[in-house]
Amino acid sequence: MRVAIVGVGQTKFGELWDKGFRDIVIEAGIEALEDANLSGDEIEALYIGNMSGGRYLGQEHISALIADYSGLTELHIPSVRVETGDASGGSALREAYLAVLSGMYDVVIAAGAEKVTDVGPELAMDIMASTADREWEGFVGATLPALYALIAKMHMERYSTREEDLAMVAVKNHKNAINNPKAQFRREISIDTVMNSPYIAEPLKVFDCAPISDGASVVILASEEMARKLTDTPVYIDSIVQASDYVALQSREDITTMKSVVYSARKAYKLSRISPNDVDVAEVHDSFTIAEIMAYEDLGFCKKGEGAKLIREGETEIGGRIPVNPSGGLKACGHAVGATGIRQAVEITLQLRGDAGKRQVDAEIGLALNIGGTGGTAVVTIFRR
Amino acid sequence: MLPRFWRKIKYRYNLIGSKCKNCETLYYPPRNICPKCRRRGEMEELELWDEGRVISYTIVHETSDDFKLNVPYIIALIKLENGVIITSQVVCNPSEIKIGMKVKPVFRKYGEDGEDGVIYYGTKFVPAD
Ligand SMILES: [Zn+2]
Repeated sequence: MRVAIVGVGQTKFGELWDKGFRDIVIEAGIEALEDANLSGDEIEALYIGNMSGGRYLGQEHISALIADYSGLTELHIPSVRVETGDASGGSALREAYLAVLSGMYDVVIAAGAEKVTDVGPELAMDIMASTADREWEGFVGATLPALYALIAKMHMERYSTREEDLAMVAVKNHKNAINNPKAQFRREISIDTVMNSPYIAEPLKVFDCAPISDGASVVILASEEMARKLTDTPVYIDSIVQASDYVALQSREDITTMKSVVYSARKAYKLSRISPNDVDVAEVHDSFTIAEIMAYEDLGFCKKGEGAKLIREGETEIGGRIPVNPSGGLKACGHAVGATGIRQAVEITLQLRGDAGKRQVDAEIGLALNIGGTGGTAVVTIFRR
Repeated sequence: MLPRFWRKIKYRYNLIGSKCKNCETLYYPPRNICPKCRRRGEMEELELWDEGRVISYTIVHETSDDFKLNVPYIIALIKLENGVIITSQVVCNPSEIKIGMKVKPVFRKYGEDGEDGVIYYGTKFVPAD
């Protein structure tokens, strides 16, 4: 039995001042239902990636709330919020996938949503720090950018990765986002823009860090049999693997690699019977530019320590050997925390269906990597058309 | 939002971690269960107060409310001579910090709870030479 994506929807990511949490979820949901040509009655369960409704909005029990405001109340279907830091979307996708694979349901929704801009920047920084170890990292003032900076510094020291290489990731992703109408930042930037931006945590600057954004995204999953009835262009989730690791950096043997990523990628390739070379397009978790460089290495797109070379040689640009983040990634598309993992699935689906417009890549096999915190969680999904 | 700090006071103040009696691995922060031996392991508390070297660092310029008044400050990963790695602030001029720098632990203030005025203490590191 295979599980297919039969509909996708997404709001624009960014500072959506005029829209509330419920509005954005509904907007993405309706787009996905229209895309799948469903009325809504067919939905049997909801899985919702949301990291921190409690702290961003003071609202827990978001699962039932979404079912309620999506007009699904009277179907009385189960709805579950899934939380694994900023990998919540990827994990919600996996739970939804397993639910269909089990044979329990034919049609389910995997959604992700976060409304973050109702809190100020300092509190937003504190909430993101909660994806790391509050007691032993947060306590000493290690914010999330500070922890990624420690990773970057060590990567630079060991593999001669330069600040300019990190900057190139931001430049590429901004360039890709120009052709993504749902992206937060749709303007080209230069290496100088990045290099001249102020430090957040050295060596990471403002333009090395993805913005924390509002946004919602939805995919509708169906059993293979149902998918065939619904669409001529199903995109299959070939495998989806989640792995965990020590949450605090200090507990890891080597912080220049994320074992959660290595482990989940290796297992996903094995389940899909492919090698990293077979991946035609990837959406990876560039919450910080160094994370994209490490993703190249940990996903096996290049050898360990050669991530910087890959970006320097243009291999991950659209038109390159393995295009990465054609959507603009978290950096330029925006990082709507719990919505990001689902947004990645939306992008890969559009790419494999040939619906990605001006940012279209020629692809049969796609991959998405969603990370929680500094790698305490990783979710790798392989998609096939 | 700092954690309820008093619960871990002795571990923070004196760098008390744990040692697995089965495989002899040292852990900081302390753990109740050895991730290598799991049920075969047996943990005991051990003071890990030691000098060490900076293996990575960052100078933080933008941060959360709790640390806003301290910027710029240094966060480092320090490998102690006993082999344990710890994430800590290093107190020195930001222009002095380097990978490989020798540092030693000291007892210092970390923060303050605005509402009830509770002061948080813990271990920081300073240049050893
Ligand atoms: Zn042990």
